[in-house]
Amino acid sequence: MANTAAVAKGVDPASLAPGMKGIAADWSSDQRTFKNVHWGKAMMWIFLLSDTFIFSCFLLSYMTVRWSTTIPWPNPSEVFALHVGGVSVPLLLIAIMTFILISSSGTMAMAVNYGYRRNRKVTTYLILATALFGASFVGMQAFEWSKLIAEGVRPWGNPWGAPQFGSAFFMITGFHGFHVSVGVIFLLIVARKVWRGDYDREDRGYFTALKGRYVNVEIMGLYWHFVDLVWVFIFAFFYLW
Amino acid sequence: MAHAEGQQHPIGVYLFIWALLFVFSFFSYMVDYLAFEGMLRWSLILLFMMIKAGLIVAIFMHMAWERLALIYAICLPPVLVLIFVALMSFESSYTFASRGVYFALGS
Repeated sequence: MANTAAVAKGVDPASLAPGMKGIAADWSSDQRTFKNVHWGKAMMWIFLLSDTFIFSCFLLSYMTVRWSTTIPWPNPSEVFALHVGGVSVPLLLIAIMTFILISSSGTMAMAVNYGYRRNRKVTTYLILATALFGASFVGMQAFEWSKLIAEGVRPWGNPWGAPQFGSAFFMITGFHGFHVSVGVIFLLIVARKVWRGDYDREDRGYFTALKGRYVNVEIMGLYWHFVDLVWVFIFAFFYLW
Repeated sequence: MAHAEGQQHPIGVYLFIWALLFVFSFFSYMVDYLAFEGMLRWSLILLFMMIKAGLIVAIFMHMAWERLALIYAICLPPVLVLIFVALMSFESSYTFASRGVYFALGS
């Protein structure tokens, strides 16, 4: 069978069965299931899947408390409005944060691409730009939190309506902001490694002692895009709904 | 390098998707800015959300180019969350109803 040979690293994709036949062949091959995918990438995907369930649980509990409360839910459009020149613009800061996070995803995707082209300099700059976008996102979130706390929002109550608003807000955006912060640290580490040329020399990693390759940039990218992905859902369900 | 590593696509693809994500984010912001209400609002929010999520996963995370075995392993399990959504929506409407019946006069 063609797929027995696919166990070897970097098998010719043309030798693998396509479509549903490929699913059956890959899963029953009794070897690595995910052909032509670096194991680190597959593991990052599985971690992200578990993280998806964590964020799903947060959004679900938010949905449950919002639908079950008999007290009106505060209007996010007004709560998160900013006053610019005497005019109240709804959700302005959130919109800016959204565009910043999307831009960081764009620079990250390009960093992965330039990494595979072995362009160390451009890759480093693009990763640093991503980290900068991420850090400014966290900064704006800190601003938003302090503004809301100053206005009297607490996990157990707020001046405008259902007390569950605060707990859902702090829990969901806090956990997401934590992910972004960890991502920024992670990005800086990868940027340093790219800059030093670890992935060109295939230096061994600190934790795994495995050879460094540019796929590490792509694995980092998966995490970062996931953070952006979660924000898409938070933006839709928490801020816009 | 024994073989071509990883995903290689033209930069233009990413710039195009980046632009699309901006456009759809702008649209979803407009849903709020123009204060659409009711079913129109919710369906537009969900539509733009799904488009954006799909573009990020398919192109930025390269899922479109992976083998089906990985795509199904990662993309199918989250669909099951919809069952959880259905369960909790029954639960919350029941809680809402009982709060209406028992607490309406109290607080």
